[in-house]
Amino acid sequence: MKLIYKELDKDGEGTICVIPEEPEDMWHAYNLISEGDSVRGSTIRKVQSESSTGSSTSNRVRTTLTISVENIEYDTQGCMLRLKGRNIVENQYVKMGAYHTLDLELNRKFTLRKHEWDSVSLDRIETACDPAKNADVAAIIMQEGLAHVCLITPSMTLIRAKIDVSIPRKRKNFPQQHDKGLVKFYDNVLQALLRHINFDVVKCVLIASPGFVRDQFFEYLFQTAIKTDNKVLLENKGKFMLVHSSSGFKHSLREVLQDSAVIAKMADTKAAGEVKALEKFYSTLQMEPDKAFYGKKHIERAIESMAIETLMISDSLFRCRNFALRKEYVQIVDAVKEMGGEVKIFSSMHISGERKS
Amino acid sequence: MTTNARIAVPQGVKPTTNVTKGFDLSQKEGYRLNVASRSESPASGRGTPVNVPSADSGDDLKFSKGKEKLDPVVLYRKERGDVREHLYMVVIGHVDAGKSTLMGHLLYALGQVNQKTMHKYEQESRKLGKQSFMYAWVLDETGEERNRGITMDVGSFQFETKHKTITLLDAPGHKDFIPNMISGAGHADVALLVVDATRGEFETGFDYGGQTREHALLVRSLGIAQLAVAINKLDTVSWSQQRFDEIKVKLRTFLRQAGFRENDVAFVPCSGLTGQNLVQEPTEKELLSWYNGPSLIEVLDNFKCPERPITKPFRFSVNDLFKGTGSSFCVSGRVETGFLSVGERVLVCPSRELAVVKGVAIEESPKQFIFAGDQASVTLSGIEMQNVAVGFILSDPGNPVQISSKFQAKIVVFNVTVPITKGFSVILHHQSLVEPAVVSKLIAQLHKNTGEVIKKHPRFLSNNTSAMVEIQTTRPIALELYCDCKELGRIMLRVSGVTIAAGLIMKIIL
Ligand SMILES: Nc1nc2c(ncn2[C@@H]2O[C@H](COP(=O)(O)OP(=O)(O)OP(=O)(O)O)[C@@H](O)[C@H]2O)c(=O)[nH]1
Ligand SMILES: [Mg+2]
Repeated sequence: MKLIYKELDKDGEGTICVIPEEPEDMWHAYNLISEGDSVRGSTIRKVQSESSTGSSTSNRVRTTLTISVENIEYDTQGCMLRLKGRNIVENQYVKMGAYHTLDLELNRKFTLRKHEWDSVSLDRIETACDPAKNADVAAIIMQEGLAHVCLITPSMTLIRAKIDVSIPRKRKNFPQQHDKGLVKFYDNVLQALLRHINFDVVKCVLIASPGFVRDQFFEYLFQTAIKTDNKVLLENKGKFMLVHSSSGFKHSLREVLQDSAVIAKMADTKAAGEVKALEKFYSTLQMEPDKAFYGKKHIERAIESMAIETLMISDSLFRCRNFALRKEYVQIVDAVKEMGGEVKIFSSMHISGERKS
Repeated sequence: MTTNARIAVPQGVKPTTNVTKGFDLSQKEGYRLNVASRSESPASGRGTPVNVPSADSGDDLKFSKGKEKLDPVVLYRKERGDVREHLYMVVIGHVDAGKSTLMGHLLYALGQVNQKTMHKYEQESRKLGKQSFMYAWVLDETGEERNRGITMDVGSFQFETKHKTITLLDAPGHKDFIPNMISGAGHADVALLVVDATRGEFETGFDYGGQTREHALLVRSLGIAQLAVAINKLDTVSWSQQRFDEIKVKLRTFLRQAGFRENDVAFVPCSGLTGQNLVQEPTEKELLSWYNGPSLIEVLDNFKCPERPITKPFRFSVNDLFKGTGSSFCVSGRVETGFLSVGERVLVCPSRELAVVKGVAIEESPKQFIFAGDQASVTLSGIEMQNVAVGFILSDPGNPVQISSKFQAKIVVFNVTVPITKGFSVILHHQSLVEPAVVSKLIAQLHKNTGEVIKKHPRFLSNNTSAMVEIQTTRPIALELYCDCKELGRIMLRVSGVTIAAGLIMKIIL
C-alpha cells in the first residue's frame, strides 16, 4: 500500500489517502474501513442525458464520490471492495444523500476519513505501507543464473527482486565466459541485496542454494565488502546463514524454512510453525491416506465420524464475504474445536499456504 | 479450447493466438530460403545483421521451394556417407563413482590427451593436494571443479573407437547437479553407468536416494535404451570376482525393473585410476583368473547407433548460449529432428522470433549442414541474445514447434515422500528447460501395465502409480506431443531435489 498523505488532528480525527498495490492491501483496506467512516474514491456512474431532440442516451462517466459507509463487501475473486452508503459531498451526477456504491480496486487511490484513528488502525496502515518493517528475516534463494531476494514477514513472503540471467555453460577449452557470467550474476544479486535488505530491521539473512552457489556468492559478497569498505555488510556478517535448497525457484524456500537449523533460528515466527503443520498433513496423507482429508466435503464427512485431530484451514476462506459459505467454515472450525481437535489457520499469502489452496 | 493442434492446424499456420512478439507466419505460408543462395555467407557471422527478417518476404517467395528440393536422405548420404557413425554417450553414476577419472584415463590411454598436458595436470593437482583427481582434470575444467574435486556441469570430449566416433558427456554425480545431468542425458544416445565397487560405496549409491538408482531411472525415462555398466574401482577389493558378481546381480534385477532389456545392458570390470581393462588387455592376475570378456573400449564400440530422424521437421533444443565473434552470438544444443543448413531462418520458440542462421559448427569446426542427432552450435543473427534462453527450441518456421503453458501427460510416479495432490508444485524438466509448474489436475489413475483407467479424478497419487495428469507452467513453453516427436514429448517432474515422476506429453491444451 502506498501512503499518499496523512492528516490527523490531535484527537485522532482525520483523513488518510492511500493506493492499494497488492491483493493483500485490499484485505488491509477491508479491515480498516468500518461503518460510519467516509470514503472518497472514483467510481463509474451511468448518466442519462436528453438531447434537444428528445432522444435519451446513456453514458458512463467516471466521477469522484464521497460516501458515508453503511455496508462493506469484499470480493476476493475480483480483488475489490464494494462500499455502499450515502453521498455526502456535492457532485455533478449524484444527489446529496442518495445511496451509491463505491468500488475500491487495486492501483486506484482512495481517501478514508475516520472520526477517530485508533492505534490498531494506524498500526495496520503502517504494516500495509511497509510490510518489510515486520520482516526480520530475509532470504536469498539462488541457483546459477537465478536468484530471488525475499523478505519473510509473519504473514507473507515478499519477493523483492528476481535476478534471472543466462550464464554461458562450461565449454571445452573456454571456461572464461562461464566465470565472467558468474561474477556478473553475483554482482546483480549483491546490488539487489543492498537495495532491499535493511539491516536495522533484519536479524537474519538466509542464503540458500543447491551446490556451492551460496558459498561462492557469500565469498564474493564479503570480498567486495572489504574492497569497497562496506561497513554495513561487514558489521552484519554474523547475521548471514548459509543453507541448502534444491533449487533457486521461490517455492524451494519451503525446504529452507524446514531446515532444523533455520527453524531454531526463527523458532518463534509464524512461518516455521505453519510449514511444520502442513508437512505433517502431507505425510499423514502418504502413510495413512484414510486419515487425511482435504476439501470441504471430505472434512464434513470426517467431522461426522468425529475423527479430526488437526484442522488446517486457509485464512482466505474466512475473508470471503459469501456469508453462507463463511458460516459453514466457521461451523467446521467450531465443530473441530468442540471435539477437542486443534485448529490452525494459516495465511494463504504465505509460501507454505500456496500448496494447500 | 482443447485441440490436438498438430493435426488440426494446417502446416504453417500458427496454432496459438496469444502472440506477444514475433511474426504472423500464416501470411508467409511455407516460405523457406534457398540454401545455395546464402551458402557463401561467412560462417563467422560478420555479415550485416538482419534485424527484421519479415520485411523482405517477396524475396523469400522466390526461394520458397529451396529446401523441398534437398532430400534429407540423399543429402545425409552425401554428407555423412563416408564418415564413421557418431554416437553420443552420457556417463552417469553416483557422486565419486570415478566417472571423470575413468573417462580422463581412457582418453589419455587413447592418446587424446598428450603426455605434456597430463604431466601438467599431475603437477598442479598435487599442489592442491588432489593428485588422485589428475585424470578427472581432463574433463573437470573449471577452477571450482578442480578445487573441490567434484564435477559440476557436463564435460564433453570426442574420441574414436574401432568403428565409431563417440562424444562422451561426463555428467556430474552430485545430487544438486541433476538438472545439468538431465540436460546432458537429453543429448545422448546411450549411457555408461559407473559404479564404485568399494565395499559400502556401491551400497550408498544403490540405496533409495542414491544417484546410481536415480540416474538410471532418469536416462531410461529420457528414452535411452542401451546401457554399459562399468563396475569400477575393483582395485579396492583386490579384483574380487565375488564382489563383481554380487553387484552385477543386484544391478541386473534393478535395471530390468527400470525398463532396460537384458540384451541391451553390458557389464565390464575396470579401474579408472590404475587404467586396468580400459583399452589394453588386462594385466592383473586376479582379474585374468576369472575374466576374459571385452575391455571398456570394446564395450563402447559395440553400442548400436540409433536411427536419426532426419526427415522430420527441424527441431533444435538450446542447451547453452554464448557470445560469438562480432555482433552475433551462438546457441549450442542438439538437433532433435530434421536438418539445418547455413543461411536458413529458424523460428525461436517460445518467444516466436525469427533468426537467421549465420553458421553452424560441430566441435568448433564449421559445417554446411547439421542433422538430427548432432550436437552443434548455431550462430544466429537478427535476434537479441536476451530473447533466447536455455530450454528454447529452434524450429522450421514453415512447420514450427507447438507452444503452450498447459498440457496433459501420462506419468509414472516414482518414489515420493508426500503424495501428489491437485495443485502440487513441481519443477518441470523438458530437454534443457527447467521451469516451475503445477500439477493442475489429476485426471485418472491408470493401470501400470495396461494403461487402463482404474480410477477417475483420484484424490492423490502415491508411489509407483501411473496416471494421466494436467500440468500447467507459469510461462508458455515449446513442446511436442510424444507421438509426433519423442525427443520433445518427454518430461520429468522433480520436487525438493528428487525426481518424482517421468512422463509423456499426450495432449496439448491451447
Ligand atoms: N582406488 C580407486 N580410486 C578411484 C578410481 N576411480 C576414481 N577413483 C577416485 O575416486 C575419486 C573420485 O573420482 P572422480 O573421477 O572425480 O569421480 P566422479 O564420479 O567423476 O565424481 P563426480 O563427477 O563429482 O560425481 C577420486 O579421488 C579418484 O581418484 C579407481 O578405479 N580406483
Ligand atoms: Mg566427475
